Amino acid sequence: MSALYGLLWQEYILFKRKFWSTTIGAMVSPTLFLIAFGWGLGNGMQVEGRSYMEFVIPGIIAMNTMLVSFSNSSNSIHIARIYYKTFEEYMVAPINMLVFTLGKVMAGAFYGVYSAILILILTSVFTGVHDVTPYFFVITLLNCFVFSAGGFLAGLLIKSHGDMAKFSNFIITPMSFLCGTFFSIEKMPKVLQCLIQILPLTHASLGLRSAGEEAAGMVLHIGVLVGYFVVLFIAAARYCKTAE
Amino acid sequence: MLSLINLTKKYDSLTAVNGINLDIEDGEFFGLLGPNGAGKTTTVRMISTMTPITSGDIIINHESMDRNRAAVKNKIGVVPQHNNLENEMTAWENLEVHGIIYNMPKALRRKRIDEMLDFTELTGRKNDLVGKYSGGMKRKLMIARALLHEPEILLLDEPTVGLDASARRKMWDLLKNLKNDGLTVLLTTHYIEEAEVLCDRVGLINGGTLAELDSPQNLIKKVGKFTVENFTNGETKEEFFETRGEAVAYAAKLEGSINIRSSNLEDVFLKLTNRRVES
Repeated sequence: MSALYGLLWQEYILFKRKFWSTTIGAMVSPTLFLIAFGWGLGNGMQVEGRSYMEFVIPGIIAMNTMLVSFSNSSNSIHIARIYYKTFEEYMVAPINMLVFTLGKVMAGAFYGVYSAILILILTSVFTGVHDVTPYFFVITLLNCFVFSAGGFLAGLLIKSHGDMAKFSNFIITPMSFLCGTFFSIEKMPKVLQCLIQILPLTHASLGLRSAGEEAAGMVLHIGVLVGYFVVLFIAAARYCKTAE
Repeated sequence: MLSLINLTKKYDSLTAVNGINLDIEDGEFFGLLGPNGAGKTTTVRMISTMTPITSGDIIINHESMDRNRAAVKNKIGVVPQHNNLENEMTAWENLEVHGIIYNMPKALRRKRIDEMLDFTELTGRKNDLVGKYSGGMKRKLMIARALLHEPEILLLDEPTVGLDASARRKMWDLLKNLKNDGLTVLLTTHYIEEAEVLCDRVGLINGGTLAELDSPQNLIKKVGKFTVENFTNGETKEEFFETRGEAVAYAAKLEGSINIRSSNLEDVFLKLTNRRVES
């Protein structure tokens, strides 16, 4: 556990040092989405029996926590591997790569949770305080862990900075827009709905909007996210052991 | 003692290290000397567990890397060729993280950090971000970090590459202190003078194999203590002689530009492999 503490302490120092740039950076994108889709495009619209702003805020939280967790985790590991070579310090240290993976995934997830808190603060200024239930918090946390583990794996797999764009272009960006973040997935063609239903961000978006949903559906969202996390985390830890 | 047993590394069809056998005694300062691409860094990366071994084994003080990787990792300190410090953290913070990861008790960790900062003369700059350090200071801090957990063997991969002449001399002084303290050190370098000044024994590595292995003095004796360089017809030819008299007598018969000098490890390498080290 000493190694895990060391990793997290290091991440804390780096977070403290980059506090303002991290904080402001995490607020830019959701602010723009809130202005464009919330107040601009969706002003006066009703979706699924609620105002568009109420609908879109959980979607923006799901999307932004995904983006922040994924990018922090993937950038952290691929920069450490390819550019600054700080990854080598851990490769030669007597540290279990499972612990290393856990530490890095936790750090990436933390940034995601931090961005969710910022969005909630931001939206509360304009639309009143959002109701954060324990279920809402669990879904947010799971979403952050899923995409932090995914980002970590992506950061290990890529051979150059350019490769990271492939993950963004073919996985992250399509999910950002298709997984019920800005509009209901029921508007999508049936064939596409089947595909969208198996994606983790869909379950994060639906989970964050699940007030009043049946218990089975709520459990399903948690189950899908836990499943994705377990698979991605094991893959990342296994690959980390063989990374050179 | 560090033993390399038939150590081999292959990348597809390329054999980077080809069956190296080597014993480095406790307290020995050993140098692997060779040109870029000879297999020095790959050898160090295998010893430091960063690169998987294709075949063979590494034994450090009776612990086989093949059987007990974690134990081997605790016994070595590694200073890689490039800076791999966290630039957004201070020197003290870099050392603190290293100490925590190596599971050092807090009191011992703090004591060793102070000692290592003192040893590398970085105490006055310990709270500065590493990103603001000069190349020489970063290299010193990497040595401090590698020594923090009191390893039995220190691996130094080209520790002075990229440093100016003054910083290189200072680094040599630091490394001489390690030698005087009796630490076992494996150094890779392509600087002839560095190997001659620091190393008890030198292994000349070329094309992934050890071409020769002995003390710098004995290696030079093997080719001849004096070298006659003769620049004629657009190329330099070297001949080696046991005594200055023989060298002078030979030089008297030559045409073109002539230089008689003491032989060095570059000459040994050239004679054995027809390649230059510092090419």
